[in-house]
Amino acid sequence: MTLDASRGADAPPELVQLLTPEGERIEHPDYDIDLTPEEIRSLYRDLVLVRRIDLEAVALQRQGELGIWASLLGQEAAQIGSGRALTDSDMAFPTYREHGVAWCRDVDPVKLLGLFRGVNHGGWDPKEHNFHLYTIVIGSQTLHAVGYAMGIQRDDASAATIVYFGDGATSQGDVNESFIWASVFNAPIVFFCQNNQWAISEPLEKQTRIPLYRRASGFGFPGIRVDGNDVLACLAVTRKALEAARTGQGPTLIEAFTYRMGAHTTTDDPTRYRVASELEAWKLKDPIERVKSYLFRTEQGDQAFFDAVSAEADQLGADLRRRCLAMPDPEPLAIFDHVYSEPHALIDQERAQFAAYLEGFEK
Amino acid sequence: MTVLSLSKALNEGMRKAMEDDPKVLIMGEDVGKLGGVFRVTDGLQKDFGEDRVIDTPLAESGIIGTAIGLALRGYRPVCEIQFDGFVFPAADQIITQLAKMPMRSLGAIKLPVVVRIPCGGGIGAVEHHSESPEAYFTHTAGLRVVACSNPADAYTMIQQAIRTDDPVVFFEPKRRYWEKADLDTSSTDWWAPLHAARVVRPGTDVTLLAYGPMVKTCLEAATAAEDDGRSLEVVDLRSLNPLDEAVVMESARRTGRVVVVHEAPVNNGFGAELAARITEQCFYHLESPVLRVGGFSTPYPPSKLEEHYLPDLDRVLDAVDRTFGF
Repeated sequence: MTLDASRGADAPPELVQLLTPEGERIEHPDYDIDLTPEEIRSLYRDLVLVRRIDLEAVALQRQGELGIWASLLGQEAAQIGSGRALTDSDMAFPTYREHGVAWCRDVDPVKLLGLFRGVNHGGWDPKEHNFHLYTIVIGSQTLHAVGYAMGIQRDDASAATIVYFGDGATSQGDVNESFIWASVFNAPIVFFCQNNQWAISEPLEKQTRIPLYRRASGFGFPGIRVDGNDVLACLAVTRKALEAARTGQGPTLIEAFTYRMGAHTTTDDPTRYRVASELEAWKLKDPIERVKSYLFRTEQGDQAFFDAVSAEADQLGADLRRRCLAMPDPEPLAIFDHVYSEPHALIDQERAQFAAYLEGFEK
Repeated sequence: MTVLSLSKALNEGMRKAMEDDPKVLIMGEDVGKLGGVFRVTDGLQKDFGEDRVIDTPLAESGIIGTAIGLALRGYRPVCEIQFDGFVFPAADQIITQLAKMPMRSLGAIKLPVVVRIPCGGGIGAVEHHSESPEAYFTHTAGLRVVACSNPADAYTMIQQAIRTDDPVVFFEPKRRYWEKADLDTSSTDWWAPLHAARVVRPGTDVTLLAYGPMVKTCLEAATAAEDDGRSLEVVDLRSLNPLDEAVVMESARRTGRVVVVHEAPVNNGFGAELAARITEQCFYHLESPVLRVGGFSTPYPPSKLEEHYLPDLDRVLDAVDRTFGF
């Protein structure tokens, strides 16, 4: 039996949408948003720039400059919409694909490449950006995010935590434990699940028999499904959930219904497990085209604006490439750095021995 | 001076740490009202409140995962894993996250998290309640691993572990929880560094290396050996990672004979690391191979058999005898 989990067991799920794939602005009784033309243009710029960063990174991998890359293609709206809903004091916990959220948290894109180029395991200070390191073990970060949110409660601070994960991660024990923890401690957290329909080769029905957002009700907090390709809806829904978290109303699960347009990572070959027509159908729901269409149609953006963003994107891509190639390889003894925060006899001993060994070659 | 049991010494140590630093939190299953199944956290929730002594849902990965998040926010969580055999659901968070995140951050993140694990057998418990999983953690870079053997060390080491900016896996010898000693809690003059080994009984003929519950067993063996005219030195390692090599090697060179004793299975146990290091560094001083006494390569047996599984005075002395057979 093949079950279309995206449609759920009974009633068709509600999908919060404020901008149709054709670029028509529609109203929603619970989730409206009032943005200036400038703000919408800014969101458009974000979408275009992160797609360009992603495209450049894929190219860098193809040319051997990165070991691997996890593309966000198709998920730009989910990431920019939710990322722009965050305030400075909110904390975000990403997977390894949240390049768009990183952009919203002012992480220099070249710093994202360190992990994928193999020069470090994470090259930014999470405290500086309130954006945690990428987490590769699926779902682990959801517990860190809940713990962080429990810290916010103990600090009596006005802030919230958002944690990103995918449809595959919802099967992990850690994710389910994090739902329980968040619920019983009423933690100020937003669970932002980008349901991109595929966990590498496994379709959604391998993870669930009900729409993912409905999982929340069993844990005792609200769940909502949003059009993950609609940046306005993602922004509106996330803003409301974050505000609820900040004001003591506890967690929310947001399921951003979207599609992974590219491969899982650059090592993957999606032609082995999914049909081309599916991709074609989702191309019509492109997160960027609908904003462009809306801006154009409502005369909030003219050709000069779109050309300028496009030129900026090209420049950003070229700059990213240049700085990626200039990224130095780490020194051999960096292996021993930061394993411990305080001095550690064994590490010191091995570092000294390896340094002496290396010196032997230099003589 | 105050007479304290090992469990009460831990309790007093945590109390002191919580008084000294408002960021110190206790978390785990049943640690609040009940005071823990071994009462190690008895009374702490009453005095410090539910926000600082947190009864968690019953999920070990969740305990460690959320402790990491709290540490990222500036807290210093002390997590209780109820029994050794229940640490494995948390192993993923400990090994892939807690141990590695500081390095992953290039030093931007510190994770001062203590994972307390009551360990070892000898209390007639059911399956999964008597294990010695230390080697899994000594094999994981990024963790510090220590084991207390007596009330004085319990009192000092738990406070030092809490003050350490790195994650510390803290093994408590559950069958020694009720051992008592006189402690001077008014002064820190007598405290040893957290990672220092200690010669707890000087001797000249054979070195016994032990930690946690086996230190007492080795001391008893040394007393018995004295009657046979053998002088055994007992070293309490106290810290497994990092290892205080200076104390271990000095003793090994001096006696020339070493027996390692632990409850965990000998095969691939921590004793193998000790034997290898001693052989590498003290080869020409040794009169015999380093011998190991420990559990068998079997799962921990039903409790009616545990006295056969656990190293005791006779098995230690048997190994001592064998060091003279080479």
